[in-house]
Amino acid sequence: MKTLAAEAKADQMDPALKSKKNSSLWLDSLSRVIKSKTSLIGLVIITLLIVVAIFAPQIATHSPTDQSIIDRYQSPSSEHLLGTDELGRDIFSRIVYGSRITIQIGVITVGISMIVGVFLGAVAGFFGRWVDQIIMRLIDIMMAFPSILLAIALVAVLGKSLTNAMIAVGIVGVPHFARIVRSTVLSVKETEYIEASRVIGAKNGRILFSHVLPNCLAPIIVQATLTIGTAILDAAGLSFLGLGAQPPLPEWGAMLSDGRSALQTAPWVVMFPGFAILLVVLGFNLLGDGLRDALDPRLKQ
Amino acid sequence: MKKKALWMLLTVFTLMVLVVAGCSNNDEANSEGEDSNSQDTTDSESAEEGSGGSSTFVFGRGADSEQLDPSKVTDGESIYVTNQIYDTLVRYEQEGTEVVPALATEWETSDDGLEWTFQLRDDVTFHDGTDFTAEDVVFNFERWTEGAEYVYYGYMFGASEENPGGIIEKVEATGDYEVTFTLSEPNAPFLNTLAMPPFGIASPDAIEEHGEDYFKNPVGTGPFIFEEWKQDDSITLSKNEDYFGETAKVDTVIFRVIPDNGARFMELQSGSIDAMNGMNPQDIQQAEDDEALQIIRRPSMNVSYMAMNTDKEGPLKDKKVRQAINLAIDKEKLLSLFEGIGKPAKNPMPPSLWGYNDNVEDYGYDVEEAKSLLAEAGYGDGMSITLYTMSNPRPYLPQPKFAAQAIQEMLKEVNIEVEIVENEWDSHLSATENGDHDMAFLGWTGDNGDPDNFLYVLLDKDNAKKGSAGNIAFYKNDELHDILKQAQTELDQEKRVGLYEEAQEIIHEDAPWFPIAHTTPPLAVKKEVQNYIPHPTGSEPFNYLELN
Amino acid sequence: MLNYIIRRLVSLIPVIIGVSIIAFSLMHLVPGDPARSILGEKATETQLEMLREELNLNDPYIVQYGNFMGKIATGDLGDSIKSKESVASEIGSRLPATIELTLFAMTIAVVIGVLAGVIAAVKQYSWFDNLSMSGALFGVSMPIFWLGLMMIWLFSVELNWLPPSGRLSNDIELTKITNLYLVDSILTLNGTAFVDAFRHLLMPGLALATIPMAIIARMTRSSMLEVMKQDYIRTANAKGLAGRLVIFQHALKNASLPVLTVIGLQFGFLLGGAVLTETIFSWPGVGRYVVDAILSRDYPVVQSTILIIAIIFVLVNLITDILYTLFDPRIKLD
Repeated sequence: MKTLAAEAKADQMDPALKSKKNSSLWLDSLSRVIKSKTSLIGLVIITLLIVVAIFAPQIATHSPTDQSIIDRYQSPSSEHLLGTDELGRDIFSRIVYGSRITIQIGVITVGISMIVGVFLGAVAGFFGRWVDQIIMRLIDIMMAFPSILLAIALVAVLGKSLTNAMIAVGIVGVPHFARIVRSTVLSVKETEYIEASRVIGAKNGRILFSHVLPNCLAPIIVQATLTIGTAILDAAGLSFLGLGAQPPLPEWGAMLSDGRSALQTAPWVVMFPGFAILLVVLGFNLLGDGLRDALDPRLKQ
Repeated sequence: MKKKALWMLLTVFTLMVLVVAGCSNNDEANSEGEDSNSQDTTDSESAEEGSGGSSTFVFGRGADSEQLDPSKVTDGESIYVTNQIYDTLVRYEQEGTEVVPALATEWETSDDGLEWTFQLRDDVTFHDGTDFTAEDVVFNFERWTEGAEYVYYGYMFGASEENPGGIIEKVEATGDYEVTFTLSEPNAPFLNTLAMPPFGIASPDAIEEHGEDYFKNPVGTGPFIFEEWKQDDSITLSKNEDYFGETAKVDTVIFRVIPDNGARFMELQSGSIDAMNGMNPQDIQQAEDDEALQIIRRPSMNVSYMAMNTDKEGPLKDKKVRQAINLAIDKEKLLSLFEGIGKPAKNPMPPSLWGYNDNVEDYGYDVEEAKSLLAEAGYGDGMSITLYTMSNPRPYLPQPKFAAQAIQEMLKEVNIEVEIVENEWDSHLSATENGDHDMAFLGWTGDNGDPDNFLYVLLDKDNAKKGSAGNIAFYKNDELHDILKQAQTELDQEKRVGLYEEAQEIIHEDAPWFPIAHTTPPLAVKKEVQNYIPHPTGSEPFNYLELN
Repeated sequence: MLNYIIRRLVSLIPVIIGVSIIAFSLMHLVPGDPARSILGEKATETQLEMLREELNLNDPYIVQYGNFMGKIATGDLGDSIKSKESVASEIGSRLPATIELTLFAMTIAVVIGVLAGVIAAVKQYSWFDNLSMSGALFGVSMPIFWLGLMMIWLFSVELNWLPPSGRLSNDIELTKITNLYLVDSILTLNGTAFVDAFRHLLMPGLALATIPMAIIARMTRSSMLEVMKQDYIRTANAKGLAGRLVIFQHALKNASLPVLTVIGLQFGFLLGGAVLTETIFSWPGVGRYVVDAILSRDYPVVQSTILIIAIIFVLVNLITDILYTLFDPRIKLD
């Protein structure tokens, strides 16, 4: 009797059915996100960022790398909307092109954290016992470092470059994903339909990928959106310390760092790139908040 | 215009906050729009920071000293302080590198140049009260042969593990106040070398008393006495009333560490320090406009350059390519980044040194010529190379990162794609001495005012060894080598001048470098400070300066 | 309780060992040569080799790690390669600066954050609520290195109100007892020094406090709201206790749990944030020290400092957990 019921339930979770159910869930969530005005603002900011990145050549008024040393440190004017930097490059155009790098940083770092974190968390939660022990101790160790210090040390090992900074920030973000996924997996693992699929002889891998992980999707997405903001901040911080993007890349943190020596005479060189960072991070945080409320109210700590 | 930027940002910011606030989820949100920017009229008592006591001179700088034992250090920040505490046998004159008496009053050399005899002052005491005698000189010189940590001794006198004394065969006290050096080979710059601050004579008693900790308890004979060292914060010295030379005019000297150049300059403007080095070029104008400040430029005895690795397989092996790069960079424009802290260089040694060849004509800026040279060499279609640069400013290269980017952009004109590789100072040195680079920034500040100290050290094939940071162009020219070797042992000044002039011709033609600049590193100093005379070697004793 | 604490402390040991191994191996993977970094460009190959030998840099890593841990076990943190000072004394002279900055920032963050959160919750949907919560949203999104620079520009360059760097003006005399300058100036009843130290602390403290303050404010507000909805608060209200008393005695006490967790977590953030803040404000603390050490490959310094920071961090988490249980009797320790 019991097995029958369980089987029925497992049947219910047949992929086609599930995706249908999910899609309505997603739509529902999406409409909730849009209804909340704060997350709508977030969405607008991010859309704007993407649009700017795509149409950078059309939006920018100058080349982001062309120098005009004679015209350096010019204050904002109609010719240079946000002024010029230490090598006479147009700050507005550099910020516009920099949006591409920012998106790249956000996507790649969080991609790394997510893939590695989800994998570790899922494996730990699913297999339990010593596997879990080892992985979670590793995560504990990583979390015992202040993240920016660990990132700095990693970049020092890997060498200074944007790619390495992204890898470092990505690695530093792994523990959060691993923990979230592990706890979700633990709670899902014991549910009846998983037990049922075990009974009908599904292999571990299949259970993990087709049954357990889809259930973690919501928290993962929320965490990812919220992490993008932090990741952009951390990567910008590394670039600010000279450990991230290398010249002449118009990365915002690096721009700000290069402008620092002229803080007294040309504050706009520092001002605008930092403001851009603030705005984009704000966008992701607003959206992340909204998604969290919409997708997974439990996560609201 | 600054104001405009500020208001622009504040407005945008306030607007943003309000918009987000207005939309905050709730319909009931009745934003009563209370003034958000309530200007708190802060009690701006901006504490009058006076000039800090009647005669304290506070010198602000970017980094702390590493050790206060000059024989063991190479960093300028250590030397700056030890220069106040110690004396050398002879010293440089106030504004140049001519040698004048100090602890030694007179000296003579044997005809073969192998034996040097110094007469010492008999009225000198160390800060710890012990008398200064010839035995103390011997003690110091023997101490310097004891290990690798006495960097400058090894480097200037060619010491090695097998021959710890280097070219100094022996040092003897030939009287209470007479000391004699015996050299293994004649050495033209010997006397000049002895005037270098690392060869300051320390009190043997203090060295024995403090042992390992001597470096933080320095005792010399100089115009100032060491008082206190707060790591990464400040070093305090007090005036030596019994100094045998010019007694100091200020009672106390404080060296204060303020790492950020901009912040240090702000401290100077607000009056909490009296002088500073390591300015951002951008702040110079600001300082010049300031009624209370003056800019003092240190005479130049340095050179900054971009070395091209002639040893590595690739385009830079070809002389034509190196010449083309020299032609393709607009030096004048590049130097405008220095905001006037430097003159363009065309030779590997500064014009202030004797033996400088002013007849050498710089390559000049000529993109067309550069292109045709590149085409001749077979690189008309372009190539890509690396440019290694240090991340921190050096006195001879104030903002390496900016200069690197400017060169990157200029070389694009002639189809050369430059990848910038930025490293911390020591990693930069390791990488370049290993020859990892195609091109690399580096520079040199003269030690003893002798051309040998530039040309032989930086461009001779003897120093083109992997793992030694001398000739990082790995430039090897036998003709040049013979000339430089001959000049080392030649004691006739006229002949030496001729040899060095010839050497510069050869170097110019082979173009192992793109010489960048000879800088005059600026110091910003309060107007009250008088008689601050900067020395070309990079630091100077403060016993002459006065505060009004 | 004691049992629990001991068990937790024991479980920290593998973490600490792991941290030490990672710190050690990371540092030895960094390319570059500490010998060159000490001797500079003018040293010869022989001199470098002799120094490497002297510093045991040529030993196998395992041996070096063993030496390092052996020393740590006896309480010796080793000597800095660069300055030759003992790492213990170097950290000792810098740690107070970081602690003072961190505590100051935490105090700002907690006081303002909790206050704003409580008011926002009590006056939900008021202009204050909206303004402070959107302010908090900006706060969590703030690049603090930028905020720091903007503060310097505004308050030091343009307005000339606050000093841009350092802990104390050099013409101020202060007897050092704890090396926390605010505390010292109070202990010695030194008014001028207090004002001066406070003026130096203000900007870095505020910059560092921004993100935790914002997070704490949001956390406080949402947990307050949750608690206020519950029956017993309504009951208390009905019983006619003065409204304010209700809020502070009941609601705040219950809301303090999640807030406490956040505060604990934020301490870790502050230690990291101190790295950037100290760099910008030339604050002579541990954060800047360890970054410099990483970049110049001063192995002993990095290993020991990271170890100490990690231990502090882990201990703060432990203390948070313990406080958590003290505040909430419902949680059992087994």
